[in-house]
Amino acid sequence: MNTGAFIAIAIVTLSAAMAAATLRKLMHAALSFALAIVGLAAFFFLVGAEFVGLALVFIYIGAVAVLIVFTILLTRRDVEKDHGFKWGGVVIAAAVFAGLTWSILKTQSTAIVAPQIRALTVKQIGQALMTTYVWPMQCVGLLLTAALIGALLLVIEEKP
Amino acid sequence: MTPTLQGFLIASAALFSIGLLAALSRRHAIFILIGIEMMLAAANLNFIAFWRFGQQHQPPVGVMIALFSIAIAAAEAAVGLAIVIAVYRHYRSTNVDEFNQLRG
Repeated sequence: MNTGAFIAIAIVTLSAAMAAATLRKLMHAALSFALAIVGLAAFFFLVGAEFVGLALVFIYIGAVAVLIVFTILLTRRDVEKDHGFKWGGVVIAAAVFAGLTWSILKTQSTAIVAPQIRALTVKQIGQALMTTYVWPMQCVGLLLTAALIGALLLVIEEKP
Repeated sequence: MTPTLQGFLIASAALFSIGLLAALSRRHAIFILIGIEMMLAAANLNFIAFWRFGQQHQPPVGVMIALFSIAIAAAEAAVGLAIVIAVYRHYRSTNVDEFNQLRG
């Protein structure tokens, strides 16, 4: 693992996330969110979890970001209004970040470098999904089906 | 010199705090959903970092939990955005401060 790559990915990811949290225009914020997800996938590629990085890009950018953009377009009439910004959230977020950083830096057992591992292949993940995790995977499939049918039912127009 | 586990955990904590900031300070429903998605993604980064820096198990538990968490985040986004659209039809607004009754 390369420290320069780590710092570059961290800067891109965190500044894109900050832009997504603070930009006034909703569409710009949604695109910054997609960029932050690309940075996060780059982190996953850096540590050697390529399959999870690819799944993240496919699902978050291919599905979630597109859904967010569609929702912005469907609720367009309201986009121009300024909704305000509560400064209390900034204080709470900074306090949470300070507490987490303090506890991470204080824990000595986290100051380790990555051990050498054999590469994780998609075959291993598929075998684990089909043997040890077969029931959780079926449950997630059922949950996704139920969630998508529920989402459809929520947005269907009621006939008067 | 290579990045340590601390570096990954601090990056994840920063991403989580930014998501919390978006969820707490913005009054727009879609921004709140974006913040929640960012917090979930930061938790995924933690799972992957602990998988990479910890002892290697077979099957890889951290990777599996991250995959399931991504699937559940997708379901959450679909239902959340459907609720935003349904509420917008009723109130003609996406400002969460104006939503003050559950009755349709």
